[in-house]
Amino acid sequence: MIGKHRHLTGLEPLTREEILSVLELATSMKEVLRRPLKKVPTLRGKAVVNLFFEASTRTRTSFETAAKILSADAINWTSSSSSVTKGETLVDTALNIEAMHPDILVIRHPAGGAPELVAQHVSCAVVSAGDGAHEHPTQGLLDLYTLSEHFCAAGGAPAGAAPDFGVLAGKTIAIVGDVSHSRVARSDLHGLTKLGAKVRVCGPPTMIPQGIEAMGAEVHHQLRPAVEGADAVVMLRIQHERIGDPLIPGTREYSKFWGLNERKAAEWLTPSCAILHPGPINRGVELAPEVADGARSVILDQVENGVAVRMAVLYLLAGGAHEAAEGGARA
Amino acid sequence: MGAPGRPRRPAGRAAFQTDRVALETPDPHGRPRKVCVMNADGIERALARMAREVVDRARERGGELAVVGIRRGGVHLAKRLRKHVAAVTGAEPPMGTLDIALYRDDLSELAVAPVVGPTDIRFPVTGKTIVLVDDVLYTGRTVRAALDELTDFGRPRRVLLAVLVDRGGRELPIAADVVGVQLEVPDREQVEVRLVEGGAQQDEVLVKPRGHA
Repeated sequence: MIGKHRHLTGLEPLTREEILSVLELATSMKEVLRRPLKKVPTLRGKAVVNLFFEASTRTRTSFETAAKILSADAINWTSSSSSVTKGETLVDTALNIEAMHPDILVIRHPAGGAPELVAQHVSCAVVSAGDGAHEHPTQGLLDLYTLSEHFCAAGGAPAGAAPDFGVLAGKTIAIVGDVSHSRVARSDLHGLTKLGAKVRVCGPPTMIPQGIEAMGAEVHHQLRPAVEGADAVVMLRIQHERIGDPLIPGTREYSKFWGLNERKAAEWLTPSCAILHPGPINRGVELAPEVADGARSVILDQVENGVAVRMAVLYLLAGGAHEAAEGGARA
Repeated sequence: MGAPGRPRRPAGRAAFQTDRVALETPDPHGRPRKVCVMNADGIERALARMAREVVDRARERGGELAVVGIRRGGVHLAKRLRKHVAAVTGAEPPMGTLDIALYRDDLSELAVAPVVGPTDIRFPVTGKTIVLVDDVLYTGRTVRAALDELTDFGRPRRVLLAVLVDRGGRELPIAADVVGVQLEVPDREQVEVRLVEGGAQQDEVLVKPRGHA
């Protein structure tokens, strides 16, 4: 359970306190992840099935690693080699997998709302690993974790110290790129605003959804005013596979106006501004290679923190099979 | 020779007398009782004796000493014990903390997953004589989990278990090496070790009915 939630299908339904509880647990999980022997027995005997209806390496591997460190059995299922190719529905697939008694289903699906639909039909816990343009809650959580860690370090906190997540309050984060199609942007927006950060979104008008101001975002169409003075910048990937009609004349033009190269980063960003990217990077399009690999980049920290956050989510959702009070019987 | 009924100590080791406190028989009318079995002075005296016993036992087999407290109560006591050890040996041994939440064997039986705190062991465990410290020894399950976790960090030469209170009621075959006070407390009652480091107004060890504030 995360607070009162049996499933994690987005950050929108979570309260600030529920988000903080996952982030704080992730700190302990990161310590486990960095041990020489990265294995704890807590989810021994539990099964986590990764149901991926879309190609993914990073997120699936991250969930699989998280499950294995906690001693759960991780089973990977991909739609390309499944009965989906024969016409099976999403709910039928989920019910068939559920009949094999998994404890957690991790679902990535091209349609927004797919994990929510599955959650209504199965009794095990469901975690969204990204659904359409809706949400990618664990990516949102790992971005919150990485940003907090960066701001604490920039504020002089000793290396390796547990981040204080209150540090996000009042910080300005710019999210740049195809916000319309980005589930990462939506999860970041929900998480950041709940933790008190200010969010600017930036991109060509064709990539900024109408009414996003109602979610608490400040809209920019030019890169410089969006990133100047920001404490961190999240550069989104141009999702060629998700865009039917071209929303931009070409990647060269996009790169010129909304991409971040070394010169722009040096001139427009504050010295301590962090650069995040959910990956995989289109090098030379949204980020120049020198920026992606530069000192400001916390992209690999995001990947490491992703495992810790997913360990926390799996632990919270797998723990607790039936009602029983936790007394002081253990000692 | 130790006291009658206690395990015999090997020859050559000083005899340390564990405090035994006989609790009054429960109220015949079943009214809840709340008894203070140790005050601040008693706790400090017990820790000083425990430190001498730890050093004495560690000398038997050699190996560099290190202290590891089991969160949360065990950590405060481990810090105090470490100071008493330093008073005997002249040097503070390295100190670590263990949180056993991820090593519990009852996650599926709980409504809410237990809170996981930090484990912090920054010294090599392999080859050391580790003094594992906890406040209360009851079922033995926490110690089992702590041993599992500790051995994931390395292979200690030896592990000594030091507890402030051994209340009986073991569910696993685990015994403490060094004990502050030995009690026989029925299951319906609980032992609470209150320490100022944990926010208590004063140090004390209480026996009280389960669930009472």
